[in-house]
Amino acid sequence: MEWSMRQEKFRPATRSTGTARIGAALVALALASVTLPAGAQDAAPATPPAATKPAAEVANVKIAVLKQLVDAPEPLSLLDIPPADDGFSGARLAAEDNNTTGRFMKQHFDIVEVEVPVGGDAVAALKDLLAQDVHFIVTLAPAETVLALADAAGDEALILNAGAPDDRLRGEDCRANVLHLGPSRAMLADALAQFMMWKRWDEWFLIRGSHPNDELWAAALQRAATRFGAKVVEERVYEDTGGSRRTDTGHVQVQKQIPVFTQRAEEHDVIVVADESEIFGEYLPYRTWEPSLVVGSAGLVPASWHPAHEQWGATQLQNRFVKKNNRTMRPLDYQAWMAVRTIGEAATRSKSAEYAPVRDYIKGPDFNLAAFKGQALTFRPWDGQLRQPVILGTSKLPVTVSPQEGYLHKVTELDTLGYDQPESACKL
Amino acid sequence: MTTRLATYAATALLAATMLAGPAGAYTVYVSNEKDNTVTLIDTATLEVIKTVDVGNRPRGITLSLDGKQLFVCTSDDDTVQVYDAKTMELLYDLPSGPDPELFVLAPDGKHLYIANEDDALVTVVDVESRKMVAEIPVGVEPEGMGVSPDGKFVVNTSETTNMAHIIDTATHEIVENVLVDSRPRFAEFTPDGKELWVSSEIGGTVSVIDMATRQISTKIEFEIAGVAKDAIQPVGVRVSKDGKKALVALGPSNRVAVVDVASKQVEKYLLVGQRVWQLAYTPDGKLGFSTNGNSNDVSVIDMETMEVTKSIPVGGLPWGVVVSPD
Repeated sequence: MEWSMRQEKFRPATRSTGTARIGAALVALALASVTLPAGAQDAAPATPPAATKPAAEVANVKIAVLKQLVDAPEPLSLLDIPPADDGFSGARLAAEDNNTTGRFMKQHFDIVEVEVPVGGDAVAALKDLLAQDVHFIVTLAPAETVLALADAAGDEALILNAGAPDDRLRGEDCRANVLHLGPSRAMLADALAQFMMWKRWDEWFLIRGSHPNDELWAAALQRAATRFGAKVVEERVYEDTGGSRRTDTGHVQVQKQIPVFTQRAEEHDVIVVADESEIFGEYLPYRTWEPSLVVGSAGLVPASWHPAHEQWGATQLQNRFVKKNNRTMRPLDYQAWMAVRTIGEAATRSKSAEYAPVRDYIKGPDFNLAAFKGQALTFRPWDGQLRQPVILGTSKLPVTVSPQEGYLHKVTELDTLGYDQPESACKL
Repeated sequence: MTTRLATYAATALLAATMLAGPAGAYTVYVSNEKDNTVTLIDTATLEVIKTVDVGNRPRGITLSLDGKQLFVCTSDDDTVQVYDAKTMELLYDLPSGPDPELFVLAPDGKHLYIANEDDALVTVVDVESRKMVAEIPVGVEPEGMGVSPDGKFVVNTSETTNMAHIIDTATHEIVENVLVDSRPRFAEFTPDGKELWVSSEIGGTVSVIDMATRQISTKIEFEIAGVAKDAIQPVGVRVSKDGKKALVALGPSNRVAVVDVASKQVEKYLLVGQRVWQLAYTPDGKLGFSTNGNSNDVSVIDMETMEVTKSIPVGGLPWGVVVSPD
């Protein structure tokens, strides 16, 4: 299905609609309720015209959702093509949730959606947002964009990184004005490793892609193996030789190539595949030389969300999302939902719609977010990462949720995932 | 063996007579969310009388004032089913609005107030005419429902908005929204109507709201040695009829807290089954029951000694519980 680790890839969703939206987006930067295309109008459903809403009574909170489009290859499966509103729809739903609560608090939340084209200037977009008095910036963007925005924003804005899983943003490249809503690669890898150890599948045949993000994901998996006592018995690299992603000939060549590629490997319990770029990962299950289990970027996949996650009241969120968008909720949607809910929750609790008090509440000791994971989610003060359980699932169903039982921690078991305080390279 | 058979015979006889209503023998009704059943337990023998099929995903469960009708929120059927409490024959469905989860019957028995999880609404149903009389917009994911002993106020908790919405039953208007800790699950008034107790599952607390000021007067926190803070998740709350003790079900910590109502101090934690959610008492106040979802059983609590005396296996994922009246 469509829910793998695609949250960090930000490919222009459907190329045909892409141009029209991109052209307008960067220039206009206007309020969602004013200019955005049809689907986006739902972002502020309860916004009556200014005339019926006395401005003195209701305080407004403006939240930007900035998506940086990136050129990326087509996914292997038609089922995995991300919708154009990936992420945006999660933010819109959270704004609706915030506004239902806002009715009782006399607060109203507006989403400003911005799409920066491939190679476009996200910092210029940020400056326009700041000029419009928008100080909460939810990003669906790669690490370098997040960093550029953080450095350009300084004290003027809080960046809520809902997309990039890069550990360097939580480590050596951390910034005081950035919070991270989605799990980092290290957290995802640790979540997977804990379950592998619970299953006693501790001999890993690691196959990684040849792109830089595949290397980072493979490094996180390697680190997780070392941390939790698994062993990478062999590592191979699957080179991306380019070419088109699907052909009329279909399965014939793949069925022959994958067995050859995986033969004569060291004895292993599982194949761990690191293929964030989605060049070959989904080709592994059922085609390997030996009858191997596949985990990582295919098979059993760790993610912040699963479209069939129903535990801890999640059915309610899934139902609201599907009703509104006619599609299932993806990890990027969930992460953007958490980002916008974070601001809503802090505005409710601090009883303020102003930037500084809301930001301070989020960064303060009392903040916590309920996000359908069975426990309160809080930010790690040392690197701005949201602590969270990670769902491991196959294409149809969640299999388990990490941390696994028995991985203890003196502060919270959630800190067994990713870089804990003593290991962190972040100096804020 | 013969003595055991004799006991069974005696039990059966007792069960039969019990339904006629001798003092001290009641029927406990447990909704089993997974199995789509309701289990009936006899309080005299503490044995299962029978388990009957009901609609899909039964959760909230309550009885008419005379105990003759059993109301069950069958969430996935988007209805409230009404059963003959004695024969467990399905009588009719009540309109409920979509995805009913929990409800509360007004003290006069005339209106049912239903939380509709998916629609941010509380639906008011006239039990006699079987008609919906009002829909009240509340916060995101309405869940807990409580009613004041005088019937003047009904309270709904909304799980994502994190508020207790106090609703005037005469006007169906919200008169106050009280912000509580994350994911409020249940609302319970003290018998004197002076306090409203609201549990927060993710926040890990019970907020006690003073109904005179409609503000939180005390927040009860819980701490159990050897249990992770994250696992202490208050859900069901029941105050005893005499208003002296409250039981608080603490979810995946597998404990029920015994709280002194006057001092708000936790006196004791009782180890029950796994993922404990809802609670009920017998009308004579002698026994308490907790539904333990993940262990598929009901724990029996002796309210005098405050000890767990028995565990009764029921259906899959027991959720709600109610005990017949005197």
